[in-house]
Amino acid sequence: MTLRESPLAGVYDDPTLTDFGGWEMPVEFDSIRAEHTAVREVCGKFDVSHMGQVTVSGPDAMALTQRLTTNDVSSLDRGDAQYAAITDDDGIMLDDTVVYRLPAGTDDDYLFVPNAGHDGEMTERWASHRDEWGLTATVTNRTEAYAMMALQGPDAPTLLAAETDLALDDIARFEVARGTVAGVDSLVARTGYTGEVGFEILCPSADAERLWTALDCQPCGLGARDTLRLEMGFLLSGQEFHPTDEPRTPYEADIGWTVALDTEFVGRDALAAVQREGARERLVGLELLDRGVPRHGYEVTDEAGEPLGHVTSGTMSPTLGAPIALAYLPTDYTEPDTPVRVVIRGEPKEARTRATPFIDR
Amino acid sequence: MSFDVPDDLRYLESHEWVRTDDGTARVGITDFAQDELGDVVFVELPNEGDEVAAGDEFGVVESIKAVSDVYAPVSGTVTAVNEALFDQPELVNEDPFGEGWMLDVELADESELDDLLGAEAYRDQTE
Repeated sequence: MTLRESPLAGVYDDPTLTDFGGWEMPVEFDSIRAEHTAVREVCGKFDVSHMGQVTVSGPDAMALTQRLTTNDVSSLDRGDAQYAAITDDDGIMLDDTVVYRLPAGTDDDYLFVPNAGHDGEMTERWASHRDEWGLTATVTNRTEAYAMMALQGPDAPTLLAAETDLALDDIARFEVARGTVAGVDSLVARTGYTGEVGFEILCPSADAERLWTALDCQPCGLGARDTLRLEMGFLLSGQEFHPTDEPRTPYEADIGWTVALDTEFVGRDALAAVQREGARERLVGLELLDRGVPRHGYEVTDEAGEPLGHVTSGTMSPTLGAPIALAYLPTDYTEPDTPVRVVIRGEPKEARTRATPFIDR
Repeated sequence: MSFDVPDDLRYLESHEWVRTDDGTARVGITDFAQDELGDVVFVELPNEGDEVAAGDEFGVVESIKAVSDVYAPVSGTVTAVNEALFDQPELVNEDPFGEGWMLDVELADESELDDLLGAEAYRDQTE
């Protein structure tokens, strides 16, 4: 299978590449630790062109997106964004996404960002439900047409201000504006996946190199993106949720706040029942007290060795210098500081539950 | 990118090196291996006095992104382990052929050394 290539593939100077959701993307440019630290302390830039971009326009664009995402799309003014889950009839997460209501002067009404490799499926989902429900909306998969970059870190506003005509102070968290960056017509959103101050920037693929080059800071790969998001306890599609390998509701995934039960959407009734009865398991942070690194799939047990669940993501936190993980555990075990064990190569290692984010942000 | 491959060492295809001195073999992983792994954050090693067998795994090196078994190039008794790696696993990245060494093994059979790669052959493999 041929991997999809970022419009920025040509600018990279010898990074390590990997297959991520069918895209060939950089894992690391220098070292994960160096890139991670740059984002926490200064600034880093990420090529996130592998994320899907799907636009929705027309009289029923809002109604269609409202009925396919868990959050309340009707609450968005022009230039607002919101995080949401996309669930099936059983309330199981198929994807998570940010829905942008595009600023005035933009051709399309809404843009949502599915995860890498999900763009085709989600475009189809929107189009087929539109037809089934007899709605009038144009759904367009723009993933190949748009490049997407993230600029994250305490110095991101200063760095971006030097390259844009936008007043960045006027863009609040989860807002998006249209302007130029390095002379390129772009959408600039104050969103991100690292916990730092920062922006996500969309522009036509043909202009991506110019914009990327103008943002002069540490290039970062998917490796640092993973350690940064894990320190924040943010979900990764395919790890913390997957329709068949890790079927989870938003309540289990600890993003119940994205579920607006007073709106009509696919999965609402199932989720209302979960909300009423309470989820039996919930995603929780773990910190390992013994030496070792918790990894995806490792078993979590109670102190007596009885199985409780498994690690969905884990790493050595570069910021804390400690091994951290996310795991689904029975809700009785999710109170912070509950002692558990993570089984690493057959050895039970001491761990305790932690509230996320792991770092103070 | 070219990696350091000292001429006086012997190598395994799985990227471990051996330096021999008077019946003892010092073992570590190569510059190429540490670069492939990235930031090393954890090293699991056997205890002094344990036996290792050529070709068998003797420990684990974990970087932020990956877990890798490490294999014994020779058979024998472990006479020393580099305990500095427990607190400073990054020594494997910084100085793989020096401060980042892993084990000293008292050789059970010196003829096993003949099965290992020379620097030239290992260099060819990693290029």
